[in-house]
Parts: sequence; structure tokens; C-alpha cells
Amino acid sequence: MADQATFAEDTGEFMGSLYSAALRMTRNPADAQDLVQETYLKAYRGYGGFEAGTNLKAWLYRILTNTFINSYRSRKRHPEETELDDVEELYLFRRMGGRDGGIGRSAEEEALAWITDDEVKAALESLPENFRMTVLLADVEGFSYKEIADIMDVPIGTVMSRLHRGRRALEKALHDFGVARGLVAAQQG
Amino acid sequence: MKGDNDDTSVDCREALHRVYHFLDGELTPERRDQIARHLDRCSPCVEAFGFETEIRRLVADRCRDQVPDELRIRIAVAIDHEHQERSKTGGIVEGAEH
Repeated sequence: MADQATFAEDTGEFMGSLYSAALRMTRNPADAQDLVQETYLKAYRGYGGFEAGTNLKAWLYRILTNTFINSYRSRKRHPEETELDDVEELYLFRRMGGRDGGIGRSAEEEALAWITDDEVKAALESLPENFRMTVLLADVEGFSYKEIADIMDVPIGTVMSRLHRGRRALEKALHDFGVARGLVAAQQG
Repeated sequence: MKGDNDDTSVDCREALHRVYHFLDGELTPERRDQIARHLDRCSPCVEAFGFETEIRRLVADRCRDQVPDELRIRIAVAIDHEHQERSKTGGIVEGAEH
């Protein structure tokens, strides 16, 4: 059992990543702040029930995700888009000269250097909600499939399929930014 | 990728199909070894895996936002208020719904 007296100290370090996740989820700074505040308040109230020594970060993310789904999603009445166009694997890599021309290992980092922080955030935010949250939990926060399944309360198979499709769609979104800025050739690779 | 007659070997298609699971560390040790052996012999696949790793790093690094001071203060005040309320009623309020 966790002690409420140490709550602020125990949970403070996760505020940055929870706030970033809240921004991606709500796509709005005011809502993101409200969401994080509500998450911390609920976590504080329930902290006595948290088993000390278990995964605190995952526990906080579960509260964040549930709060978002229960309050924000329904309140905004955004119908959940379950449709996501199928994108081939290695979408971006193939269009940046990979497999045919051979971009070379040292060029990988350079090949992606044109992408700005705002574009990465916008690309992630362009994904339908369930895909966005799954990719965020895996690729930004580094949670395992099992942890994501627990956080989002879905089977592991669902996590895997959302990741698979969501990551490909993310690559396509990044590529579209490059094309729009004239930095990446539009023709198919 | 060519000349493999070892029946546990995987081809490029199979390796690329598992790139995410491989990078996520979510494969069985056997499957992971099979992919690793394929990568030992196939530089185009190594490039592809490297590129996907780089995208992963990009997404992880660029999606960070600074917490506004205002939010830190709001949360501290809200928790303090909650604490005061509890002390007043002296009771245990039911836990969070999560």
C-alpha cells in the first residue's frame, strides 16, 4: 500500500510525460491541463490502493487514459474513427531511397533530419484516437504490449494490430509533410 | 537471403514483416535469433531495420512538451485542497475510479 504523504514526491517525475500524452490525446493545451490535473487528483485519492513497488507509471497512464476516454472523448462527441487506410510496410524507408538505392546506415539520421518537432507531433495527432494512443504508449513512452493492453483494457492482439497499422500510417503522415514542403519527392519509390 | 537451406531460416519478407516485433523486443528467443541470423547476412534488411529504429527514436525524442508552471501549481493546490478536505471530515473518501 502506497502512502499518500509521499504522493507528490513519487509521482512528480511523470508529470512531463503525462502532460505530453494529454496534449496528443486532447490536441488542445487547455484540455490537456485539465486532463492531467484530474488524473493527479484521482491518483491522489486512489493512492492508498496502489500497491507500492508495482509499476507506478503504468498505473498513472491507466488513470489518464480512462479519464480521457470517459470525460473528454464523450464530452466532445468525436465519433471514433476506426477506419485507417492500409499503408504498406516500410512506407517512408522505400520512399527515401531504401531497398533500391541504398541510403546507407550513416544517412539514416540525416534522411529524417528535415522533420520538425511540430511535424512529428502533428503526424501523431493525425492518427485516429485508438491508434494514436497505442503508438504513443509504445513509441513515445516505451510501454510493452502487455502494459499497453492493461492500460487501455484491450487484448494484446488488438495492441499489436493497432501498432502495426498506426505506425505505418504515422510514416505516411510524416512523408506527406515532406512532400508538402517539397523536401521529399512525391513519386512512388 | 539466398542459398539458405537451413529450415529455420527466414527470408526478407518474413524478416520485414516482423520488424516491429523485433524492435519492440516482443519475439520469442527462437524467433529473435532467426531474424538476427537473417540480418547477419542481409544488408538491405539491416538498413531497413536501422531506418525503422531511427523513426522510433525520432518519435520518442520529438514528442516532449514542457509542463507549464501554471499546471504544476494548479495540481499542487488541488491536492493540498483535497488533503485539507479529508482532514476536516476525518474520513477516508472512496478511491479514484480507475
